[in-house]
Amino acid sequence: MIIDNLQEIYFTLRKNKLRSFLTAFGVFWGILMLILLLGAGKGLEKGIEKGFGSDDRSSIWIHTGRTAIPYKGIPHGRYVQFTEDDLAALRREFDDIQYLSAENLAGQRWRRTINVTHKDKSGAFSVLGVADEYFNIKRFIEYKYGRTLNILDADGLRKVAIIGTAVRDRLFGKGVDPIGKEINFHGIVLQVVGVFYDPGRDGRMDERVYIPLSTFQKTFGRSNKIGLMTLTPKPGVDSYALEEKIVSFLQQRHWVAPDDVRGIRSNNKAKQVEETTLVFNAISLFIWFVGLGTLAAGIVGISNIMIITVKDRTREIGVRKALGATPLSIVSMVLTESILVTAVAGYCGLVLGVGVIELVAMMVRNAGGSLGFFGAPEVDIAVAIKAILILVICGALAGLAPALHAARIHPIEAMRE
Amino acid sequence: MINLQNIHKFYGAGSQRLHVLKGLDLSIGSGELVSIMGSSGSGKSTLLNIIGILDSYDDGLYELADIPIQNLSEKQAASLRNQHLGFVFQSFNLLPFKNALENVALPLYYQSVSRKMRNRRAAEMLERVGLSDRSVHLPGEMSGGQKQRVAIARALVTNPKVILADEPTGALDSVTSQEVMALFKQVHESGKTVVIVTHEDDIAAQTERIIHIKDGHIVV
Repeated sequence: MIIDNLQEIYFTLRKNKLRSFLTAFGVFWGILMLILLLGAGKGLEKGIEKGFGSDDRSSIWIHTGRTAIPYKGIPHGRYVQFTEDDLAALRREFDDIQYLSAENLAGQRWRRTINVTHKDKSGAFSVLGVADEYFNIKRFIEYKYGRTLNILDADGLRKVAIIGTAVRDRLFGKGVDPIGKEINFHGIVLQVVGVFYDPGRDGRMDERVYIPLSTFQKTFGRSNKIGLMTLTPKPGVDSYALEEKIVSFLQQRHWVAPDDVRGIRSNNKAKQVEETTLVFNAISLFIWFVGLGTLAAGIVGISNIMIITVKDRTREIGVRKALGATPLSIVSMVLTESILVTAVAGYCGLVLGVGVIELVAMMVRNAGGSLGFFGAPEVDIAVAIKAILILVICGALAGLAPALHAARIHPIEAMRE
Repeated sequence: MINLQNIHKFYGAGSQRLHVLKGLDLSIGSGELVSIMGSSGSGKSTLLNIIGILDSYDDGLYELADIPIQNLSEKQAASLRNQHLGFVFQSFNLLPFKNALENVALPLYYQSVSRKMRNRRAAEMLERVGLSDRSVHLPGEMSGGQKQRVAIARALVTNPKVILADEPTGALDSVTSQEVMALFKQVHESGKTVVIVTHEDDIAAQTERIIHIKDGHIVV
């Protein structure tokens, strides 16, 4: 039964080669465009995603500054200073915190980098002391060599550092593995134990040297002071509510007026992510709209051609009915043809689309992973499955009107001479 | 076998309404070989369409093999045509992209007979009409007489009780016409009811009974 059907479809398609080709091309083009648009959308999304940098997408960063409002008899303009006691207090008071850490930046307010040297090479880089769990929060960095910092480094006050690839390039040369070698600053010698790559902030995140917080405090004489704190909420916790509670807790601890927004500031990454997600949902909606629109044009083409085909075959369909074909068998005959043409043409479009996207992705990767805001495009299997489903449904829709038309053809047509 | 009582058929509506069959009575017994004659516009095509369950009628009663043919759904009509009737057309109406064997097998396809069985029965039928050597030829590669024999084989393949032929020799020369008529007589001898619509006297003369139709009535 299926063989007979396919044989007939093959025959009608072969009889009208140009017509079949043009029809199929409409659907082919529609699917190609849809896939390319979706791939490009994904590329854009990945490009923007990179802009979020290396921090956990739900992380909250808490900074201090000078108070702006006099409070409890203390005049404004006081600098709020966090210490390790604040970390302990947060740990004690808030069960909703998953990871909690702190960083401390070397240098004076007006000079945020310090001179780091290796043999005769030197460069000005940010040197940060970071507490435990820091790299659980700054988790989207890639380790090119060696390892990250761990709790033993901190406990043992080890003089170890991990450096960004930009630091490595400057001090050791491109492509060199500097593990085990030494860097100097402020007259102390540290051993490089890891090299990381962090493309955040246009590469400035890569010009960093991380050392354990304890080592940092000892080296720079900062006792137990810390610069800023960072934390992530546990999964399922309302991050905005947690942020608010923590800020007001810290305001009380440091005698900062509740309405003073300068003394203690927080930056919740979830907010940025949320805003961009909204934009991307809109873009994605738009892409599907345009893509499906193009596809719809192709479908209308198929529908049109099928109507002509049915008209051409009026007599044949009449004969079939006189010989005992039921309306249902005629409907299925026309629908099969429509679905088959749509599916084959669409599948070709799908394959070509994926091919083009993979090619572009390869070029983007070769160009360094990103072209401005445009990352490597991508199609995932879910999109491909959706596309195939859409194809079959579209084929059926395209064939429906002609099929019903065919089913209504009167068997008397066979008798007309 | 075929029993029509007081059949009325109208075409169109309102003032354009055309009364084609005006209370027609006709009875054709089992195993008869009859011809229906009439001029153009006499209603003979309409009558054939009604007998063939290709068209409905407006009033009266039609029974085919004691089955009342009334208020049928398209599906039921298709099934009755498929089981009880075999059609032979003036212009053969073979499907151009199917070879002789596949054309003959087509009605069995609509009976959901397996492909193997279909082809076997179709081959037997082609042999019966003397065209075994043409089974893989496409209709375009055959002569008119051969095509009509394939069409007759197709009409016979479901083993129907009634063969309806609409001007079966209309597109054939006189020699081929005689061959086709010989085949119809052979079919008739095997016990089938054969109804041939024709306007050729020599064709009609070869049947057992001639039914003349004029202005929507049977003329005796």
